[in-house]
Amino acid sequence: MAINWFKYSAPSTFYALAGKLIPWFAISAAMMFAVGLYIGFFVAPVDYQQGEFYRIIFIHVPASILSMFLYLVMAGYAALGLIFNTRLSAMMATAIAPTGALFAFISLWTGALWGKPMWGAWWVWDARLTSELILLFLYLGYMALHSSIDDPRRADRASALLAIVGSVNVPIIYFSVKWWNTLHQGSTIKFSGTTMHVAMQQAMFIMLAACWLYAIAVVLARVRSVILERERQTKWVAELPEVRG
Amino acid sequence: MNGLDIWMRENPLTYVWLGSYAFALLIFAVEIVLVRHKRNLTLEQIRLLREAGEED
Amino acid sequence: MKELTLFGMLKLVVQRDMTLAMRRRADVLTTLIFFVMVVSLFPLGVGPEMEMLRKIAPGVLWVAALLASMLSLGRLFSADHQDGTLEQLMLTPQPLAVVVLGKIIAHWMVSGLPLVLIAPVLGIQFDMRMETLGILILGLLLGTPVLSMIGGIGAALTLGLRGGGVLLSLLVLPLCIPILIFGTAAVDAVASGLSPVSHLSLLGALLVLALTFAPWVAAQALRISME
Repeated sequence: MAINWFKYSAPSTFYALAGKLIPWFAISAAMMFAVGLYIGFFVAPVDYQQGEFYRIIFIHVPASILSMFLYLVMAGYAALGLIFNTRLSAMMATAIAPTGALFAFISLWTGALWGKPMWGAWWVWDARLTSELILLFLYLGYMALHSSIDDPRRADRASALLAIVGSVNVPIIYFSVKWWNTLHQGSTIKFSGTTMHVAMQQAMFIMLAACWLYAIAVVLARVRSVILERERQTKWVAELPEVRG
Repeated sequence: MNGLDIWMRENPLTYVWLGSYAFALLIFAVEIVLVRHKRNLTLEQIRLLREAGEED
Repeated sequence: MKELTLFGMLKLVVQRDMTLAMRRRADVLTTLIFFVMVVSLFPLGVGPEMEMLRKIAPGVLWVAALLASMLSLGRLFSADHQDGTLEQLMLTPQPLAVVVLGKIIAHWMVSGLPLVLIAPVLGIQFDMRMETLGILILGLLLGTPVLSMIGGIGAALTLGLRGGGVLLSLLVLPLCIPILIFGTAAVDAVASGLSPVSHLSLLGALLVLALTFAPWVAAQALRISME
């Protein structure tokens, strides 16, 4: 059965589809979190060097990965929106930004909490943490630009361009920060270097999946509100059961 | 900060739990609440718009 | 009226913008004075101990250059936007990117270049040695045009918006961080007796990259803002 993708690029159909999908993603996310946390805390052994503190990585690393990946997805949707002029792509980009920013924030916070027992300071200018901070700035800049433009079309397109410029810059920024960090012999927050115990790998992978599923659920939920707002003058919105009340 | 240091070393799991996981779950909860709130606000707005339109 | 070549158009735009800037010398000078003031704030804030000042000098000067550039970028398109010239410029047969490049060049010559020229004086205030000062200037010479170009994209995106200059800085500063890092790293390299060549060539590479893409991206941003 051929899936008519273009059907789902219409806000009305996507709205309905997203509504059906959200519960599945939400429930699987919750289950994955439960399993991941169980393995991370009760099955994975204590680390030789870092004791119990290392268990922070099961949330820190997935949050970092997700914040970076979401930025790329956001930029991807932004590019699609600019090239093909599809409204839905632009709406998706807008919906992803806050989630990405929050993951970046979680990554920074948990990174700091991990750093404290390791280095004795709440913040060390570790290359990855610093890049993460800059990524947060990029997210915030995107959101700031979008909210300062009244015209939704201009807002979408301008922030889309910014997201694309940002994504091109991210590798350059990461490279230069890594360089800067090695130049100044900064500290590196790293895990014990040697291979990870199987249970640790499992926990990491499961938590990563959990965060992914959660992110998809939240973004789909958010984009539904965006769709409602943009399409508020249309007939199909007026006839929605949740609007009729 | 020394009290915190001592407490941290004596209760590493609690530190990890409260500091990171509880924090992350809190962020997630806040995000979910915000998304739901936005949805309710938007629906409310649309209802008002409809009623205003139907009055004409 | 004979047809303008690309280079002719470029020259025209640069000359026009420079003439206009010269008529408003105050704008140009305020950026320069801001630069000098910000740099002077640091010794007041951290103390006059020469050893430390010499160490933080490249960082301070570079950060101040970044901030001063951000300040002046708001003016890049706003005047032309307000009196309608920008719309006319967008209708010319020549590519908009050429017009944008011309404006950025003029902007740099009026805002960036003076910073480069006054930096030696400020560097001496921080007791920088001659070799390090030289590398600082070279770095600024390579880096400030890139700041102008990335800033041009930001200025185009934020054209006519309420947030204005602060929003522009918010958007552009993270993107300028690599330039800051390589510029200061070059000076530090020389200070420790190493070669600054790799850092300067990275700056050069960024300059070439920016020259190639930034005017075109900024032109797209202008079109988006003016729709």
